Amino acid sequence: MTFMARPNIQLPGQKLNEIGLSLRDYEGALSTLCAGCGHDSITAALVQALWEMSLPPEMLIKMSGIGCSSKTPAYFVHGAHGFNSVHGRMPSIATGALAGNRDLIGIGVSGDGDSLSIGFGQFGHVIRRNVNMLYLIENNGVYGLTKGQFSASADAGSTSKKGEVNQMQNINAVATAISMGASFVGRGFSGDRDQLVPLIKSAIAHPGCAVLDVISPCVTFNDHEGSTKSYAYMREHKLRATEADLVPPRAEIKASYYAGDTYPVRMHDGSTILLKKVDPDYDPTRRNNALGYLERHRRHGEIVTGLLFIDQNVPDMHEQSRTVAMPLKNMRYEDLNPGSEALVELQRGMK
Amino acid sequence: MNDMQSRINDFVLKIGTVNGTGSASANGLLMKALFRMGIPVTGKNLFPSNIQGLPTWYEVRANHKGYMSRCSRVDVMVAMNIQTYQKDLAEVSPGGFLIYDSTWPREKDLNRHDITVLGVPLSKMCNENFSVARVRILMKNVMYVGVLAALLNIDLEVIKKLLQETFASKPKLIDANLKAIMLGYEYAQDNFTCPLPARAETMGDNSGNILINGNEAIGLGCVYAGATVGAWYPITPSTGVMDSFSAYCERFRVDPETGDLRYCIIQAEDELAAAGMIVGANWVGARAFTPTSGPGISLMSEFIGFAYYAEIPTVFVDVQRVGPSTGMPTRTQQCDTLMCAYASHGDTRHPILFPANPNECFEMAVNSFDLAERLQTPVFLLSDLDIGMNDWMVPELEWDDSFTPDRGKVLGPEELAEMDRFVRYFDVDGDGIPYRTLPGEDPKGAYFTRGSGHNKYGGYTEDSDEYQEIVDRLLVKWDTAKTLVPDAVLSRSSKETKLGVIAYGSSDGAVIEARDRLAELGIHVNYLRIRAFPFSAEVLDFLHEHQTIYVVEQNRDAQMKSLLMLEANDIADRLVPILHYNGMPIPSECVVTGITQHQAGEAAA
Repeated sequence: MTFMARPNIQLPGQKLNEIGLSLRDYEGALSTLCAGCGHDSITAALVQALWEMSLPPEMLIKMSGIGCSSKTPAYFVHGAHGFNSVHGRMPSIATGALAGNRDLIGIGVSGDGDSLSIGFGQFGHVIRRNVNMLYLIENNGVYGLTKGQFSASADAGSTSKKGEVNQMQNINAVATAISMGASFVGRGFSGDRDQLVPLIKSAIAHPGCAVLDVISPCVTFNDHEGSTKSYAYMREHKLRATEADLVPPRAEIKASYYAGDTYPVRMHDGSTILLKKVDPDYDPTRRNNALGYLERHRRHGEIVTGLLFIDQNVPDMHEQSRTVAMPLKNMRYEDLNPGSEALVELQRGMK
Repeated sequence: MNDMQSRINDFVLKIGTVNGTGSASANGLLMKALFRMGIPVTGKNLFPSNIQGLPTWYEVRANHKGYMSRCSRVDVMVAMNIQTYQKDLAEVSPGGFLIYDSTWPREKDLNRHDITVLGVPLSKMCNENFSVARVRILMKNVMYVGVLAALLNIDLEVIKKLLQETFASKPKLIDANLKAIMLGYEYAQDNFTCPLPARAETMGDNSGNILINGNEAIGLGCVYAGATVGAWYPITPSTGVMDSFSAYCERFRVDPETGDLRYCIIQAEDELAAAGMIVGANWVGARAFTPTSGPGISLMSEFIGFAYYAEIPTVFVDVQRVGPSTGMPTRTQQCDTLMCAYASHGDTRHPILFPANPNECFEMAVNSFDLAERLQTPVFLLSDLDIGMNDWMVPELEWDDSFTPDRGKVLGPEELAEMDRFVRYFDVDGDGIPYRTLPGEDPKGAYFTRGSGHNKYGGYTEDSDEYQEIVDRLLVKWDTAKTLVPDAVLSRSSKETKLGVIAYGSSDGAVIEARDRLAELGIHVNYLRIRAFPFSAEVLDFLHEHQTIYVVEQNRDAQMKSLLMLEANDIADRLVPILHYNGMPIPSECVVTGITQHQAGEAAA
């Protein structure tokens, strides 16, 4: 038995969110990943973020492809429907699900193999369609379940656990997403929860496809000297370009927030992302600036993190399609079926 | 010429042109004029996989008995394409007629003495009467309509009325078209003996019939079924399905107040994604479908197996074309039968519906959503290019306003409130179909959908017994499917016989006509038309009742015969394949020849 339900013990005195749920209500089954896996930290950050946002569990859908990363939807929000699809195809499931019910809050969890190799096509097209969802890539540069092959995100010159040197250029998830026209792109590190939780919240509040690349070290196959996705390497080379925080609708935004390089980005639902430029050179609203900055720092081996690009006014899939506001799956049959008279009428033209 | 004398309302007219020259509207005009005269007609497009410049033909069969299949005879050929002149000339049946543009001389050695060749200076007349180059090309086609109207006795008043309807908003075009038609008509009257022995005469009443192709009927059926999400990747010959769905949605699914759309059509990046999208949409409870052709099913197979194992309703429309591989995209076959029956790796099997004409395309499109949701499994609607892209005369489509869709076993918050615990894959009712819940409704209904090994609780498993329990239950569901799919259609011969014939889909017309001709030869056969897989009980009964069963189909490998043998291997030696797979729709002669030859062989043995 490789599935373990987590005992749901409600402790007295637990803090409840706005809809009366505790952090425990946002947890899932026990993780079967390796002890110390970065993915488990990301799961914990997701639990924290979703709880803080007071999202109703039944409105969430958790979707994934195949791989270590794709196991994680089982480990958070047991009250949400989950969908562990096939390798690299999570975006198409998300697109269809959110086409059928636009009120659902889509959370797609993918990995570097899942998104940058087998699923590279769907990764690009879900961005192009701007499907309103969080697209989270748990990026460790390695194939874990098949025991340590390089993935497409492995940096040129980095070495495998067995000592092989990767000769090929890497596919950079954030630069790719930005250049393909993504409306929200961020990068985090599984080992920095303080940065990650607000990034996740901002990504969920964003009305479009929010790509979040989270470097998540593989303790078993990619945490050695020579890896550029290890805990040690990340701690040394991580560079914060921005800091983001999500302020919910109706909450007061204090004037002191505007100090320095902090400015608000207002979302359509009334919430606000408070965006702070840690590096004054950085402008996350201009695509060319973001790409140039990423490239300059990549050359020095630095890994830029934070909210890297945002444009909350790109029309999402339903705006592009001009779909009705009511979820299609809730439409009454009589509002969908033209009826017998219409059928007689339309066939006049076929005679 | 004797053969031609009995050809009143019983002839084949074939027109060879160059694609991209606007001949489709001229051909449509001819077809519809015959239809309005009350004559049963069918029109077949024989076209290249090309946009402009290659040969294309349109074949109209008028038949007072109502035979809808192709027959390999050409009574009147209009050879407008110099590239194919030699081939077109050779194809005319003895005693037949060929019309060509005599503006330029023909090669002298191209001639036949057993047919009548009629030259009409079409280009010359067009150049003398129309000044714009593009108009001249278009009017040359309209002009042969006028020539044929005189030669085939097509009612000019009907043609005029059709022109007025077609160009109601552009009166100038009516005059130009009419002028071209009259020029052709008068030339033929002045120079030939009109009408020809093969000709039309106003007959019955076609007011209860329509002209439609199968793709349009499926798109319309999806609208009536209440489908709201359509995901697809364009592929010949299925594209017309989504074009039709889109057009009818624009007509019927726009919110009158806001102008917002009560549907969502997604042009996917490939067929893999299109399949994933309809799996996702159906998972949340929206009716969703994808139209494709054989190459698309190959790509979708990964998700087809997923949907089978995870038990998600999905509707796959396969408008078959010639395979293998890219094959011949604009030619027809029934070559995906076996693939659809067992698509995807592992032990999988899927219900298939086989419409035989556009009327059934409409009905079965609706039916396929009901079946998919009732059975929580992928369902295939297996059409083909012949049904999908050709013009068929069928009885008017009907709709019963009391129809309510069968959404299957779905538990909502009210039902969940009365339960201790929801379990996704329990067979509560013994029919092999579990209950499902939809995301967005109730946290109590939450479960995990996965293509990996799972137990009846929906949990991940690698336990042998837990795994096997699920795949065995899926077989129980398969038995339930046999009771839900459309029945086969049995047509008994008026004489007692031990001979049977089985066909499905677009092979139906050829069998109907062949049975009449065989009866004239003293060979009587009972006919069972299969309309679905898995086979319902009457299919097995039919197999056991007959000594010899001819299985007619349009593929090389006798795929339906293989399916029948798997289901009833004790009668395998009684099945005789009759196959036609060159890409053209099966003609009735193929069935007549196949059965008579086999019978002659049996008599000799």
